[in-house]
Amino acid sequence: MQYPTNIRIIKVPCTGKVDVIHLLTAFEAGADGVFVVGCMEGDCHYVEGNLFAKKRVKRVKAILDKVGIGGQRLEMYNLSAGMGGRFAEVAQEMTERIQELGPSPIRIAKGTAARPTGEVAA
Amino acid sequence: MSTETPSRLQKMIKAGHFAVTSEVGPPRSADGAVIEQKANLIKDYVDAINVTDNQTSVCRLSSLAACIRIKLMGLEPVLQMVTRDRNRIALQSDILGAGSYGINNILCLTGDHQHFGDHPNCVNVFDLDSTQLIQTVRLMRDEGRLLGGHEFGARPQMFIGAAANPFAGPNVEMRVVRLAKKVAAGCQFVQTQCIYNMDTFKKFMKMVVDRGMHEKVAILAGITPMKNVGMAKYMQKRVPGIDVPDDIVKRMGGVPKENQPEEGIKLAVEQIEELKEVEGIRGFHIMAIEWEEKVPEIVEKIGLYPRPKIG
Amino acid sequence: MIKAKEKPLNEVIDMVKDLKKVLIAGCDGCVTVCEAGGAKEAKVLAAALRLFFTQEGKKAEVDETSLTRQCNKDYLQELQDRIDNYDAVVSIACGCGVQFLAEMYPTKIVYPGVDTCFMGVTDERGVYSERCQACGRCILAETGGICPIARCSKRMLNGPCGGSERGKCEINPDVPCGWELIYERLKTLGQLDRFENPVAPKDWLTSRDGGPRKIVREEIQI
Repeated sequence: MQYPTNIRIIKVPCTGKVDVIHLLTAFEAGADGVFVVGCMEGDCHYVEGNLFAKKRVKRVKAILDKVGIGGQRLEMYNLSAGMGGRFAEVAQEMTERIQELGPSPIRIAKGTAARPTGEVAA
Repeated sequence: MSTETPSRLQKMIKAGHFAVTSEVGPPRSADGAVIEQKANLIKDYVDAINVTDNQTSVCRLSSLAACIRIKLMGLEPVLQMVTRDRNRIALQSDILGAGSYGINNILCLTGDHQHFGDHPNCVNVFDLDSTQLIQTVRLMRDEGRLLGGHEFGARPQMFIGAAANPFAGPNVEMRVVRLAKKVAAGCQFVQTQCIYNMDTFKKFMKMVVDRGMHEKVAILAGITPMKNVGMAKYMQKRVPGIDVPDDIVKRMGGVPKENQPEEGIKLAVEQIEELKEVEGIRGFHIMAIEWEEKVPEIVEKIGLYPRPKIG
Repeated sequence: MIKAKEKPLNEVIDMVKDLKKVLIAGCDGCVTVCEAGGAKEAKVLAAALRLFFTQEGKKAEVDETSLTRQCNKDYLQELQDRIDNYDAVVSIACGCGVQFLAEMYPTKIVYPGVDTCFMGVTDERGVYSERCQACGRCILAETGGICPIARCSKRMLNGPCGGSERGKCEINPDVPCGWELIYERLKTLGQLDRFENPVAPKDWLTSRDGGPRKIVREEIQI
């Protein structure tokens, strides 16, 4: 499976483990974009973990809009573990979106903006 | 209906005639002439004229001021008073004020929540509710006392009324119980919410009569003529506490637009004729909202014009 | 408990945008239960404000902490040693906590980070509704355990009004008619006779109308 090299994957047992503060911390640390990849809705091994994640992603998108970072830098996708091809697609999609948006305002403000990097939690 | 007052409305009811009342909605300005015009339109056709009190929480020229004007015209006002906007000090103060002008009829109401009106952001008061307001007026009239204990000589001589809504929740029986409570508090006459569902209303009246309440309180049936099918639909869907059966809406919609007002009047007249036969009904309260000019026609068609002469 | 909700972020940003050092103070009491101002929320608010300051190119420090309760001086005292490091404190405790913190540290600017809404209960996670208006003289024995002052929009004592329709209040179909609830409860309890007698006007002196209130319990004072 081929996907862009600018992705850093953080594995979690369930996207339900991803909390609001984790997403904000990623941006504080300089991530240009973050995407959360969870199981298909209805198929969550832990029943509703991916639904919690969905709500948290929505909440953080709103915060990012209000603090001048932009909610489009964060997204949630749903796929099953076997959908390798789709994962590559999603990674590509997200990378292109972030490239278009440019480096995160945090990195620009800190003067560390060079090549765009996308952080991924999967 | 224990205590007698100089109220001409009370006298008309006591004399055994069907009473007729109607209402005047004050303007949303300081234009007192409008009150006079509206009162003059209906004065020969009714026994008393209600003035609404910031109805649906829309700020209007005050009921008290309008009632004073009507009284000074030599006519018989009914002061509608809601507890939404005034605390017990102001309510009792206004009752004394009304009494000082010889206003002899009061309709005690809780009032629509301010959320409906033009000042939804205001504080509401509700220091008292309608039942407690009835108790208060009775205390002032019969004992010359205020709620705070102060005793006084010149008492307001008021015929005490309230509203009744047979169509609101939880069920018809509880609406009867609620009316009984108002009667226990001192209510002597009632003007009901406007009636379209005859079955429900008759059920209500039967329960009232079974309790013997019709001998203690004079019930005036509320009637609002429909102007058009739009009004029928609006009242059915958008006004809480009003029950408009589908066949009424159908009937209004079943005639061409230009004939709808006439159909509405026809319907109102039919309803009144039917209600004349219902035991416990002592009269009619015709609420022709923004259509006061039709009141004379309705009163004539129901055979209650001219009004009987009473002493 | 007291129920509150987070102030819109823009409002908080407006309060602190020109400051250099801000402390977010959460509370482990009521606002933790309704997820508006606890330790978790303090962390999130601090992170959001840091993101804001950084992307504005401003150098500012935003720290967070949470106290066991802010309505108690013993816990507020814990801030003594660090509070002078900050230009302002954003307290995300309820209005009581914000005020008490400000009282304890009167030379410090204290901003409220939540809107305190009412005394209520948790219907389910994320849904809270009002139950008590602190009228100071509880009448729940007379109304089957349902309060007409908190749950009737007109705080009637002789309800329901004529706007009660199909069990809902006239102001909003999402609001149950408090008096219909009382009726159903009294019916279940076999106490419908309570509806027969008019209830006299209430003495509001013990409520907000009587002025700011205080309880003094001599028997437990030290």
